Amino acid sequence: MTTVQARGAAGPPEERAQVRAGVRDGLGVGLTVGVSGLAFGASAVTAGLSVAQACALSLLAFTGASQFALIGVIGAGGGLAAGALGAVLLSGRNALYGLRLAGTLRVRGWRRLLTAQVVIDETTAVATAQPSRAAARAAFYATGISIFVTWNVTTLLGAAGAARLGDPEAVGLDVLGPAAFLALLWPRLTAGRAEVAVAVAAAVIALVATPLLPPGVPVMLAALAVLPALLRPAARRAGAGDGDEDGEAGA
Amino acid sequence: MSVWIAIVATGLGCYALKLGGLVTPQRVLADPRVRRFTDLIPVALLTALIAVQALADGRSLEFDGPRMAGLAAAVAALLLRAPFLVVLGAAAGVAAGLRLLGL
Repeated sequence: MTTVQARGAAGPPEERAQVRAGVRDGLGVGLTVGVSGLAFGASAVTAGLSVAQACALSLLAFTGASQFALIGVIGAGGGLAAGALGAVLLSGRNALYGLRLAGTLRVRGWRRLLTAQVVIDETTAVATAQPSRAAARAAFYATGISIFVTWNVTTLLGAAGAARLGDPEAVGLDVLGPAAFLALLWPRLTAGRAEVAVAVAAAVIALVATPLLPPGVPVMLAALAVLPALLRPAARRAGAGDGDEDGEAGA
Repeated sequence: MSVWIAIVATGLGCYALKLGGLVTPQRVLADPRVRRFTDLIPVALLTALIAVQALADGRSLEFDGPRMAGLAAAVAALLLRAPFLVVLGAAAGVAAGLRLLGL
């Protein structure tokens, strides 16, 4: 990975500072959010998985929401096929993230095969919050590597110590996920009116659909919230930096 | 279907989707509307994820007082421009504290 980032480090001082800030963001998010692997490991064992199965799921699937979805179905005694399908459906958003990030990361060959495994909510959120492409790449890998290691280690700890940890909710671990995503989204939400409209519509769609559709589908369906922003005539130049061109920027 | 098969199938499916996005030809991004779409997609999906994680339990909607108070604490911390770790600490601390008090 060092060669991947080497080019970014050769830029002007301002760019190097942005890269360093991106790495800091990434490590902060990766190490803190990764710790919620404790909650996953504990929940997995509580749902009836063995420690080895909990660890395998974190290593192979490595996308928190899908993992929680699968063990939720297993714990509730639901069908395994439907559980696996729902979990995979839920991770469909990672494909959209990959589409968004491909031009930023520009990886090929075996590096792309490794990179794919860490195309998830957290890495996308941190990478798309950066001011430049070099910073975005550095932030992406800093987040990806730190969260992969932390998530898998804490899955093992949580699974092995499930009995002693007690209820993950008692220590507020269930709030860490949404709070982390909120903090990551915050700059985008305060950047423009279109973003806020999309966010509100997405939340409404997901909540209305939750009682009607299997877990995982409502979040995918919320992608529809983006459509009105696309139908506006003469869409603003896309591809320019995020936020700069928004008249309402501020806060 | 054993649990192991479900785990491996889930792992393979999730990986295939991640890789699929990365290898999709970038010419599909030539259309500015498609670019705008992929720009806004993280906003929509992450917000939906926040809403579902905060207010749903499986297929039922639920209002968990301490959890919502924790999220409110996170919003307050963000408005005060607190660093990331402080935001998370405030959220988990408020939720855990209220539950400790039996609220």
